[in-house]
Amino acid sequence: MSEKLKKPTEPTGKVKSLFKSPARITLMVALVFFVISIVENITGAIDISSPGTSGATLRFAIPLLMAGLGGLWAERAGVINIGLEGMMIVGTWTAAWFGYLHGPYVGILAAAFFGLASGFFHAFLTVKVGIDQAVSGLAINLIAAGAARYLSGIFFPPVGGDRTVSPPVDTLPVFTIPFVADFFKSIDDKNIFFVSNIAGLIYGVTTELSIVTVGLLLMLPLTSWILWKSKFGLRMRFSGENPMAAESLGINVYRTRYIAISVSGMLASLGGAYLALVASSVYREGQTAGRGFIGLATVIFGNWRPGGVFAGSVLFGFTDALRVRQNESVIAILFAAAIIAGLLALYYAVSRRWKPMAISGLIALFGFWLNQKVETIPQEFVTVFPNFATLIVLTFLAQRLTPPAMAGMPYRRGSE
Amino acid sequence: MTRSRLFWGTIAPLAAILNSLLLVYLILKFRGVDPIEMFKLMASYGFDPRNLVSELNQTVAYYMAGVAAAIGFKMLLFNIGIDGQYRMGAFFGGVVGAAVNLPPILHVVVIIITAMLAGGLWAAIAGYLKVKRGVNEVISNIMLNFIAAAIIAFLLSPSLLGILPEGSQTLQTREIPASGRMPTIKAFEGEIYTFFFIALVVGVAYWVMLNKTVFGFNLRATGLSFRAARASGVNAPRMIFITTVLSGAIAGLVGIGTLLSDTHSYSMAFPAGYAFTGLSLALLGRNHPIGIFFAAFLWSFLERSAPVLEFEGVPPEIVIVMQGTIVLSIVVAYEVVARINLRQQQRAVGSVNVESPVAKEAN
Repeated sequence: MSEKLKKPTEPTGKVKSLFKSPARITLMVALVFFVISIVENITGAIDISSPGTSGATLRFAIPLLMAGLGGLWAERAGVINIGLEGMMIVGTWTAAWFGYLHGPYVGILAAAFFGLASGFFHAFLTVKVGIDQAVSGLAINLIAAGAARYLSGIFFPPVGGDRTVSPPVDTLPVFTIPFVADFFKSIDDKNIFFVSNIAGLIYGVTTELSIVTVGLLLMLPLTSWILWKSKFGLRMRFSGENPMAAESLGINVYRTRYIAISVSGMLASLGGAYLALVASSVYREGQTAGRGFIGLATVIFGNWRPGGVFAGSVLFGFTDALRVRQNESVIAILFAAAIIAGLLALYYAVSRRWKPMAISGLIALFGFWLNQKVETIPQEFVTVFPNFATLIVLTFLAQRLTPPAMAGMPYRRGSE
Repeated sequence: MTRSRLFWGTIAPLAAILNSLLLVYLILKFRGVDPIEMFKLMASYGFDPRNLVSELNQTVAYYMAGVAAAIGFKMLLFNIGIDGQYRMGAFFGGVVGAAVNLPPILHVVVIIITAMLAGGLWAAIAGYLKVKRGVNEVISNIMLNFIAAAIIAFLLSPSLLGILPEGSQTLQTREIPASGRMPTIKAFEGEIYTFFFIALVVGVAYWVMLNKTVFGFNLRATGLSFRAARASGVNAPRMIFITTVLSGAIAGLVGIGTLLSDTHSYSMAFPAGYAFTGLSLALLGRNHPIGIFFAAFLWSFLERSAPVLEFEGVPPEIVIVMQGTIVLSIVVAYEVVARINLRQQQRAVGSVNVESPVAKEAN
């Protein structure tokens, strides 16, 4: 599966020539999709590109994206946020409770506010007091989980909920993009090879969209803009790369980090709110299910870039969606991945780069062999695919990753 | 100097516990119950001899996790992978224990060594990644914890290593035969695991290794300053790797007491979350074998006595909040103490400079 990792995330190194421009990337994505269409026709695993799957992928990807962007904000400013999971729990609980009391919009606002507060707490502990960032994050995870369970036990049973489940919250409105969705639906129904597959995918993500989905998706370009185009983003990245130099140039590193980490908490919490209000309509204990940690993984996987975080969360959301909808399709994806690796090997052979050719050739052979050998991939392994993929990226592509230089390092004003 | 260190070393954990008690006091007050009454209730339930036995057994498991974390901390390693290492140890201990047939004591020894090997090897992945690839051990271990859980869930499927006993919903490994079990000591209608004594041995060995051996000296030196240790001829990367594996091997023992004296098989019902508990205990116990023991007892005492709050309409999860607060308070306290010490040192150095003739001339 690892060859899929190489696709969108690394603009540097040897693979650079392959993914030079946006046009090339689009071409590559189209090619990958073309292969998937072929595989669908061969194996009959029709669920890979059905509108249902693309819709589900989006629903699974959004919480990961929010957690990932949260992690990105914090780490770009120089502080690792292991508390993302806890901050997501804060989001699920506050969204459900305030949503139940005052309607779902208030729920989302409450989640944003309490997420901001939990991020601020992490910032206070790590920036001002200066304790170990991992300890602070893990303690926040523990306290958030404990507090959510404690408060659930008190607040939910009297109002028709349960010790672990909140009473249902009103659902948020959904809408379908007019004309566009209809247009692609009509193409999808015609069953033209490849074209209909793409149309089905677009139909899936343009129909019955929640407005929250759209709102949260906007955080991606916004983050991108702030990080790379705004003055504050420059200060933020500077604080993450070299806080001492930043301080000497008059940047208030503490304040910058305070803001960035608070926003980090807000984003993760909004991801939690999405889980409670859009993906379902209740708070449920254990609802976040380690998504905060997968969000942390997408940051690494996406090489500390918003686009990369997006690609990672879509990929992980996709495997999640497939696992839930039709686990048999996962093996078809493996088949597709093997074909892509084979094509890569061919490309390298043509350009006479023997070492990458050998590696991708071996991966392709292994993929084909596995495809012949096993019927399905056990669900457990599909679940940990994000964790596994991140470990592989860290192991084999660590030299090509460009994390913020001082992320995770303690920094005190005026000391070296 | 040492006396003041001892003083601060005891005062800081106590202050942290008091701080979190205060927080819980306020929370309970807000809930509308009498906090003091609740604390009394918890104390009388927790110190009931029957509950003390089960607390002691849980303390032993936590103690192993705490020592495993402490070994890592001495090297500035943040072993959050204890969860996965403990799972690997308990699972493979259970599998091997059920598969082999050996004379009584040897059987137990084989299981314990298997568990340590499994935990150590699993930790070795993170150690290798850290030393050879420069991968932050916190990230790799978090990922490895999830992967370990998945591998074990997969291997526990009935077609592989697991069985589903009749009338049970939980998959488990085959039962370890009588020769591979550890006896228990009957006390107050409960049974104390004899694994307790092995935990004691581990605690003593940890102390001796750290303070009385060359290896321990090198370990502490590397933890204090990687560069200085390296300059004086210590193979620092190798030390990091060995320490990681050692920490993992101890973590592999976390579930062994339960495995050999109680359940006799590993199942999905084995609890999770030992990693952060272990790290908390090492922090609270200042990496000292006796300190960690008291911390471990505090933790299991809180957990075992919390359910009594349920009857008074207080959700027992309040102790999770309490534990988290203790950890935060303790690290904040250490940080503040360290800063005060630093300032005093600076002031001492500064006053010497002012009194020196050069400074006087300058004035």
